[in-house]
Amino acid sequence: MKIHEYQGKEILRKFGVATPRGKACFSVDEAIKVAEELGGKVWVIKAQIHAGGRGKGGGVKVAKSMDEVRQHAGQILGMQLKTHQTGPEGQKVRRLLVEEGADIKKELYVGMVVDRVTQRVCLMASSEGGMDIEEVAAHTPEKIHKVFIDPATGLKDAEADDVARKIGVPESSVSQARGVLQGLYKAFWDTDASLAEINPLILTGDGRVVALDAKMNFDSNALFRHEDIVAMRDLDEEDPAEIEASKFDLSYISLDGNIGCLVNGAGLAMATMDTIKLFGAEPANFLDVGGGATTEKVTEAFKLMLANPKVKGILVNIFGGIMRCDTIATGVVAAAREVHLSVPLVVRMRGTNEDIGKQILKDSGLPIISASDMADAAQKIVAAVSGK
Amino acid sequence: MSILIDKNTRVVTQGITGKTGQFHTRMCKEYANGANCFVAGVNPKKPGESFEGIPIFASVKEAKRQTGVNASVVYVPPPFAAAAIWEAVEAELDLVICITEGIPARDMVEVKEKMRKAGSKTVLCGPNCPGIITPDEIKIGIMPGHIHMKGRIGVVSRSGTLTYEAVGQLSDLGLGQSTAVGIGGDPVNGLKHKDVLELFMNDPDTDAVIMIGEIGGSDEEAAAEWYAKECRNKKPVVGFIAGVTAPAGKRMGHAGAIISGGKGTAQEKLAVMEACGIRTTKNPAEMGKLLKSVI
Repeated sequence: MKIHEYQGKEILRKFGVATPRGKACFSVDEAIKVAEELGGKVWVIKAQIHAGGRGKGGGVKVAKSMDEVRQHAGQILGMQLKTHQTGPEGQKVRRLLVEEGADIKKELYVGMVVDRVTQRVCLMASSEGGMDIEEVAAHTPEKIHKVFIDPATGLKDAEADDVARKIGVPESSVSQARGVLQGLYKAFWDTDASLAEINPLILTGDGRVVALDAKMNFDSNALFRHEDIVAMRDLDEEDPAEIEASKFDLSYISLDGNIGCLVNGAGLAMATMDTIKLFGAEPANFLDVGGGATTEKVTEAFKLMLANPKVKGILVNIFGGIMRCDTIATGVVAAAREVHLSVPLVVRMRGTNEDIGKQILKDSGLPIISASDMADAAQKIVAAVSGK
Repeated sequence: MSILIDKNTRVVTQGITGKTGQFHTRMCKEYANGANCFVAGVNPKKPGESFEGIPIFASVKEAKRQTGVNASVVYVPPPFAAAAIWEAVEAELDLVICITEGIPARDMVEVKEKMRKAGSKTVLCGPNCPGIITPDEIKIGIMPGHIHMKGRIGVVSRSGTLTYEAVGQLSDLGLGQSTAVGIGGDPVNGLKHKDVLELFMNDPDTDAVIMIGEIGGSDEEAAAEWYAKECRNKKPVVGFIAGVTAPAGKRMGHAGAIISGGKGTAQEKLAVMEACGIRTTKNPAEMGKLLKSVI
């Protein structure tokens, strides 16, 4: 689960990380009110969307007067902000963060993830703040310093100080940087984060260490123990189809192609998408119906796929193990009838009660195309969609 | 022979009083030598009771003391599953297979660290995995037993139904399996591809291996590089990676199946595997045929 920058900063402040003073706003008037309350001469107006790259897309502006606050807030609020992470249609800006301006002397990067190889939380830090850290990792990997943190001790003083010095924090600010790094780790650990990033972490003219940005993602498997974080979820930022799918315990992701696919199991679902591509078409979605698919779930899955106007055909690929093929076949027939299916449907079934399942499909009288294996299924749906 | 489990393995089911645990314990008991293998269950609140003839004990330690179990299978719900793994580790079992899906990564980081610091010899398989099967001997997990066939091909995979797909293809071609291991789709887990590959390389009854991976992480690359260095030409290995079409930054069902920072793409994995002498296919309908072509 993702949250907004201002929510990430709220969390970080609780763990002792300094951030600029600021507040989230939902209207231009509110933005002005917040700027007035903050006082000072410089304010930063920041679009709050979940995607990164907001600055380059015109979603972050500096204002030096109340008129400019009004102008920038008016411009950003409601805009379709396009960044490299939003896709070509962009994301509508519904919230702003208005903050006091900061005196930036140096920009640094710090981030944390769970490292699969060491199976520990990894602190990554770099002197190259403000930039796309993936670019830094690709071109100058020696500028990224890593610490794999022992969960029994947390980030030790000596480890934090060492990293701070390596990324260019001056001696007089090292103890402050230590507080930031340890606070970031504590925030990451206590909230069950899957990603925590401060980019940039800045050194100010008067030697303070301040988080100018905050990005946090959370482990969806751990949300059951974090009601406060679940409350930060912003459904406006999520794909409505994916939200709908999650209500029925379906794992669904929208893609750009025109062939809908319904599969049991994540690995097999990906393999099915790959096979569609291999035979010259593109999948419209990833959809895993899981192990315990019922007629109701299959019907909902069909509705979801067909709600996408791009879908010109559907491929069902089921490997029946514990879940029997006859159950799935009954679900497919019921779903096809309920949604008045009007696009070609290819079904490939294998495993337990395969013959009964195929018979159910045949007896239904529906124009369902049967396939013998995954490749056959992909070829048949690609041909049907392209009208061959 | 086989790897990890055989007809002499004795299993305790953790979570035997839950619906999933009961259903699958019954299925496993009915498979091959299962009736002799599944000898104990655990529930701290129900010692002295039994499930279909399987006695329930208060703890894994107690189950081990009274029945001599050397392996456990975990169906305990996610909030308590890491503690269940640790209980089996403390009882010094040889193997823990954790089927549970949805365990918080932090819980797994903690339990894995404790296992390392304790110098534990217990092998963990999973979590979020279908389990392990040695055909015609024993099945520990949720895979459909009947698609398997005894033979000399090793199977290792991160995914469930895609493993069944590969096994089904092999069996259709008359190629039986020595052991099929589902290592699961979570980022912080026990056995990795490399570990299982090494076991298969040292197993005299395995002639060739099919390795199935998916996007995310670098476990497949690590296994391939180990194979190239230590075992190239020893036994043929073929592979498939799911997720060529997966977009970056999106979690494809499994917690570990995500392309992040441009790393862990299917293309990258396939290239490394090929360079290490592992033949790969981009057509998952041909995994079995590809394996047949190299033996």
